[in-house]
Amino acid sequence: MPENKPDGITPSQTVGPYFAYGLTPNGKYDWNDAFNNNLVTSDTSGERIRVEGTVFDGDGVPVPDCMLEIWQADTQGRFSDPQDKRALPNTSLKGFGRIGTDAKGGYAFDTIKPGVVPDPDGKPQAPHIVLAVFARGMLLHNYSRIYFDGEAANASDPVLALVPAERRSTLIATRQPGGGNAVYRFDVHLQGDNETVFFDV
Amino acid sequence: MTLVYPVQSLAAHPPRLSPAYKSTVKRSPSKPLIPMRHTLSELTGPVYGHETVRANDHDLTVHGKGEPIGERIIVHGHVLDEDGRGVPNALVELWQANSCGRYVHVVDQHPAPLDPNFTGAGRAQSDAQGYYRFVTIKPGAYPWGNHHNAWRPAHIHFSVFGHSFVSRLVTQMYFPGDPLFPFDPIFNSVTDKKARNRMISSFDLENTKPDWALCYRFNIVLRGRNATPMENR
Ligand SMILES: [Fe+3]
Repeated sequence: MPENKPDGITPSQTVGPYFAYGLTPNGKYDWNDAFNNNLVTSDTSGERIRVEGTVFDGDGVPVPDCMLEIWQADTQGRFSDPQDKRALPNTSLKGFGRIGTDAKGGYAFDTIKPGVVPDPDGKPQAPHIVLAVFARGMLLHNYSRIYFDGEAANASDPVLALVPAERRSTLIATRQPGGGNAVYRFDVHLQGDNETVFFDV
Repeated sequence: MTLVYPVQSLAAHPPRLSPAYKSTVKRSPSKPLIPMRHTLSELTGPVYGHETVRANDHDLTVHGKGEPIGERIIVHGHVLDEDGRGVPNALVELWQANSCGRYVHVVDQHPAPLDPNFTGAGRAQSDAQGYYRFVTIKPGAYPWGNHHNAWRPAHIHFSVFGHSFVSRLVTQMYFPGDPLFPFDPIFNSVTDKKARNRMISSFDLENTKPDWALCYRFNIVLRGRNATPMENR
């Protein structure tokens, strides 16, 4: 082991433009995927959903070299991590997904609607997915949250309550019309008038 | 073990807007980030074990049919938390240019040769003490379009998962004594010199393998402290 206590954390640096073949090969590069954008396994219970959208920069131009990572609870609000000391999830949902945006800045995740996770006081939070956004031109990733429209619990969510009312809609994925599995749209605006709320965590 | 993640530790990171690195100008938030307490969603994180890392994923010199061209190196070190404890079973991913400074990526059209025996992607898992090890090829410097005559210092990109989603880190490892350091706006986006130096690996003669490969040590310090620090530290 190193002998000295570290004098601080290792600083972040950008993923740059060339992360795809290492982190999101997705069949385009000769390397196997550790993760992809489909979190659903055959025994995963819960409502199947798709979350999709486009990432935009401060000029409203789509960002084709962005990487999105999501982390979420299962349908009963439990995380697939031994640090979640509550009963183990009853599914093999791992709760983590990763995708690089396409040439038009688009992305999609196939997953399940997460359940209710308590806040530090034990109060319920509305269903949400934690999002981390990486890109060329981003020296440090941004954290955000994806909530779902039509959820009554949004009105009492302790984290949404911290967000100025006029910006809350940037955190709420909108249900798209149509049959079959629910599709939610969640665009990410890195900067500007409609800038997505990012959290200092 | 219960960990806490002080936001003060984040001061080591570069500011998101760092105009000398031009692409940050339209991709950094213009509104203040909103502080919030960490909930279970932030304090837990993905756990990926041996099933994710295959036997030779850590040795980038054996992924092709033959040996890649360039200077073979060992890159090793510990993944640590802020208290200096090893982070066990951490997934460490890396990607890099080849010895000529060329990436296997459709966007990279730098007129330098690709190496059919080198893709530049690797994965490892830290052991019970947080130790990880890669065998690879020393990457070359490469030009980029940020400003006239802009060249990136030789670097290896690292992606690390720690104990929680808020300890997630993507960084770059540099090599000691690189003459390009003073001119690189990405390296210098980290304004604190001590913090910047934590991104520079150290030459490790002791673990250099005679007649085979030079060795560099790179420790990666992730967020996370003991929630109940010892009294007399
Ligand atoms: Fe690079």
